Amino acid sequence: MKNSSALKRVLLYIKRYRLPVALSLIFAAASVGFMLYAPKIMGKAVDAIIGKGNVDFDAMTKHLIFFGVMIGAYALTQWLMNVCNNFVTYRVVKDVRTTAFNKLQRLDVAYADSHAHGDIVSRIVNDTDQFSDGLLIGFTQFFTSILTILGTIGFMLTINVKVTIAVVCVTPLSLFVASFIAKKTYDMFKRQSQTRGEMTSLVNEMAGNQKTVKAFGYEETAVNRFKEINSSFGKYSLKATFFSSLVNPSTRFVNSMVYACVAIFGGIAVINGSAVGAGITVGQLVCMLTYATQYTKPFNEISGVITELQSALACASRVFELIDTEEQVSDSSLPDLENADGRVQIQNVDFSYDKNKELIKNLNLNVEKSKRVAIVGPTGCGKSTIINLLMRFYDVDSGCIKVSGNDIKDITRKSLRQNYGMVLQETWLKTGTVKENIAYGKPDATDEEIIAAAKLTHAHSFIKRLPNGYDTVIGEEKGNLSQGQKQLLCITRVMLSLPPMLILDEATSSIDTKTEQRIQKTFSKMMEGRTSFIVAHRLSTIKEADIILVMKDGKIIETGTHSQLLAKNGFYTELYNSQFSK
Amino acid sequence: MKQILKHLKHYKIESLLAPFFKMTEACLELIVPLIVTKIIDYGIGFSDKAYVYKMGAVLFALGATGLISSVTAQYFAAKAAIGCGTSMRNALFAHINRFSFSDIDEIGTSALITRLTNDINQVQTGVNMVLRLFLRSPFIVFGSMIMAFTIDVKSAMVFTVVIPLLFAVVFGIMFMSIPVFKKIQNSLDKITLLTRENLSGVRVIRAFNRQKKEAEDFEKSTASLVKLQMFVGRISALLNPVTYVILNLAIIAVLYKGAGEVYAGRLTQGAVVALVNYMSQILVELVKLSNLIVTMNKAAACSKRIEAVFDKAPTMEYPEKEAVLNDSENAVEFKNVSFFYNGSKESAIENVSFSAKKGSTIGIIGATGSGKSTLINLIPRFYDCSEGEVSLFGSNIKMYSKNQLQNLIAVVPQKSVLFNGSIKENLLIGNRNASDEEICTAISTAQAEEFVNSKDGGIDYIIEQDGKNLSGGQKQRLTIARALVKNSPILIFDDSMSALDFATDARLRSALKETLHGTTVFIVSQRVSTVKNADLILVMDDGRLAGAGTHDDLFENCGEYREICLSQLSEKEAAK
Repeated sequence: MKNSSALKRVLLYIKRYRLPVALSLIFAAASVGFMLYAPKIMGKAVDAIIGKGNVDFDAMTKHLIFFGVMIGAYALTQWLMNVCNNFVTYRVVKDVRTTAFNKLQRLDVAYADSHAHGDIVSRIVNDTDQFSDGLLIGFTQFFTSILTILGTIGFMLTINVKVTIAVVCVTPLSLFVASFIAKKTYDMFKRQSQTRGEMTSLVNEMAGNQKTVKAFGYEETAVNRFKEINSSFGKYSLKATFFSSLVNPSTRFVNSMVYACVAIFGGIAVINGSAVGAGITVGQLVCMLTYATQYTKPFNEISGVITELQSALACASRVFELIDTEEQVSDSSLPDLENADGRVQIQNVDFSYDKNKELIKNLNLNVEKSKRVAIVGPTGCGKSTIINLLMRFYDVDSGCIKVSGNDIKDITRKSLRQNYGMVLQETWLKTGTVKENIAYGKPDATDEEIIAAAKLTHAHSFIKRLPNGYDTVIGEEKGNLSQGQKQLLCITRVMLSLPPMLILDEATSSIDTKTEQRIQKTFSKMMEGRTSFIVAHRLSTIKEADIILVMKDGKIIETGTHSQLLAKNGFYTELYNSQFSK
Repeated sequence: MKQILKHLKHYKIESLLAPFFKMTEACLELIVPLIVTKIIDYGIGFSDKAYVYKMGAVLFALGATGLISSVTAQYFAAKAAIGCGTSMRNALFAHINRFSFSDIDEIGTSALITRLTNDINQVQTGVNMVLRLFLRSPFIVFGSMIMAFTIDVKSAMVFTVVIPLLFAVVFGIMFMSIPVFKKIQNSLDKITLLTRENLSGVRVIRAFNRQKKEAEDFEKSTASLVKLQMFVGRISALLNPVTYVILNLAIIAVLYKGAGEVYAGRLTQGAVVALVNYMSQILVELVKLSNLIVTMNKAAACSKRIEAVFDKAPTMEYPEKEAVLNDSENAVEFKNVSFFYNGSKESAIENVSFSAKKGSTIGIIGATGSGKSTLINLIPRFYDCSEGEVSLFGSNIKMYSKNQLQNLIAVVPQKSVLFNGSIKENLLIGNRNASDEEICTAISTAQAEEFVNSKDGGIDYIIEQDGKNLSGGQKQRLTIARALVKNSPILIFDDSMSALDFATDARLRSALKETLHGTTVFIVSQRVSTVKNADLILVMDDGRLAGAGTHDDLFENCGEYREICLSQLSEKEAAK
């Protein structure tokens, strides 16, 4: 996305806050006016102080009071402007962020599967943050800087044309210096952050994998690799730091040039004026000098703001890219699936993740209600893919899947998924209490229901022993629970609502076999009277299935019960024997 | 601080020159208002145009000299700071590499990464800013005041009131907003957490139809973030207007007082202007100073954390001298070994004794968390045992030099780690002198031949960071090949066949049996089938050795083992 179109999008978001934006602009204009008018009054006050026995106290006091009022007015308008800017910026960012997050809820599961999570998180959190910083600075400074420059020139012109022209002539110098430094620095900063990236990943690699480093005596090589990267990092960061630290001295230099110009031309103008009576006063000279010190600052700010805005827009476009991703097809006009009886039919289904690589081809399966279907096969044969299709996390490329005779594309996703209870290999729990997690699919469940479900899954006894029982908070790392305990919670979560169909995808493979046996009993109880799909690579866990599908390379190559399949002496037998071979 | 000074030592001259040139520039800046006074009082006062030009030229000269000296200062400051950071980084990385496992466990990997990158960068910035500003800013603030005093003591009294007042306001606002900034950070962390959870739990969230609730939670968190941001924004927005008002009120006071002095003939008009100019200089420097203090604070906190890592001495010492290999019949022997992880009261391993004969295969089995991996980690001395003794080839493990241990033992870790580089480079890590032939043999033994040959360039195929361009099973087979290339007398598989399907696992084991003669092999696994044929099976349960023996023996006599077997195999198969 180009920066210009990103800018347009940002403006659309800002549009909602028309009133505060307008107020901010008014306050900004007013504060610049007050700020620039103040030195003029101060100059008049200085003019009232002429010399020994020659001070017009009345006029001076009048001017000083007026000066004070200007100062107060400036301070107030500036504060109000800032408050308006904060209001707009933070709200716009919140709007963008919420839109992005809501978008995430409507995207295909494929999006989460195929994009690095860190990248998505950084778009929603860091990029929006960066964008808010840029927006805020842009708002506050861009407008006021331009007004200040124009205003200063205007005010100086009212005092003396020649001096003003001298000042304006020095301006290009300032712009030139600023852009030169910006260019040089940008390049160096880019290289610096590149090497920093390299360094971080090396440290990550080494520190994160100490076991391998130590076991193979890789330390010395690691240190040398690090030194190499570190030295080029040092080189770039020296240049980047040095060039960027030139901004201040150079500005000060240009500033002092302007200052000297004003002092010379202004001084001469005062002398000439006192001779012919058409020049400026000392007070006006002081006023000009104040303008001179204020004059170069906005130039730097503008160049800073431009880079800041550019990176802000770059960040914004990354967020917009996420927001613009194509959504899953809406199903709001479709009917809900009602009274599912557990019949599932898969008819002529083709599917693959990567359209260039065939995976599932012409898959057919007819499952009667309350049957247990087990799916086995080597890694990558498409077992979990079937689950993705059943739950409609992915849509089939062709063919159809029917539940209770309804094509799942003709009913809402919500009602389809409500009819499945799912336990996956990865035990995902939300940060929150145990209770909240169990009631995840049924937020209005009573405590009694929750405890009853936990008792059924044998989770109750360990939950009871947790520091705060059912109110124990499970942290982000979830380190306070063992893998098996987490899985028990995931199972209890399903137990609470217990829909007519179940999916168990490698639900016990990360658990040791003893714990597994206990969980297996719970599963058997759950599966009674329910259609269930079980994916497993431990064959011992699926012997009791009504039908076993043996998959290889996306196709079902054998079906039957355990004993039928063994009798066939085919691929299943081979798989089975390899588990116990000598 | 100690460490900063230590690494800054090599840049003594730079770290002295930087502040020196900065001060020069500051002095020049302080002279400017005096020159302007002269222009007003003499040049304009006596209508002397030549004098105005002369003084104008002096102003130019001051500006130019100021530029040169400050550029010089910036250069030296940058050089010293970055030199210091770079050398500190090298030293810290080398130091970390000397740490033992328990040291690293104690500090934590992510903490180490932060120390090496973020923290040192902060220190670097801190050093740079201190060299540049620490002397300059106070010098200008107080210099302005002193200059004001030299002009007129009475009028300069205003300075003594204004400076502390400005200090109070600047620092007051700064300190008021710091805690809110912390809250904002927490709030941002919460938003990050919600987003990350939403992605990792995408299937569960959709299966339970909770998208709407998730979005509501997110909205709530962002709303509370906005509230905090608005609050702190309102406070920070005060800084500019308030300081501006104070400063200008002070200017009014100076003008008013000065007017009286001028009337009495004790002061000139130009001198009053100079006083006003000095006042204006203070504000800019005060704001810089407050920023500097924030940077210094951050840098100091970071340097403290870095120092803590430096101060931690590696807890494991290796003898320089190589141990003599005794003619023992046991390759590995554990005598009453117990082990406690750092700070843990519960033992991870308790009173374990066994001996592994040279050339034998030892299987280790048990539930997750029973201590299998811990036991294995003691053999290459990743950790030192807390009680008891571990011996290799008849000598205490602590007698071996680091190099010797590395050569004696090859490990295939649980987590398959490969480094960025070609397959060949990765396989050579443990044995730089291996020939291509040896590499190919290892690859074929590890059942990796087929997929390695299918890659572009075969063994020269480049593996990306974290082995991203390989599947889990492929990575695992390469880590096995890497250990085989080392050709060590002891080979350890730490549950390192889990990503392989049963058929590959079986083929691998029979290939190992054919190629490894005389090598003592340890195999940790949860699969009975993997360890079933070992010469000695150690059954771990809750850190204790629940049984040791052959499969048949244990199946008869060890309840624990029998239970594991029956959970995986049918009675008939188990008894086979």
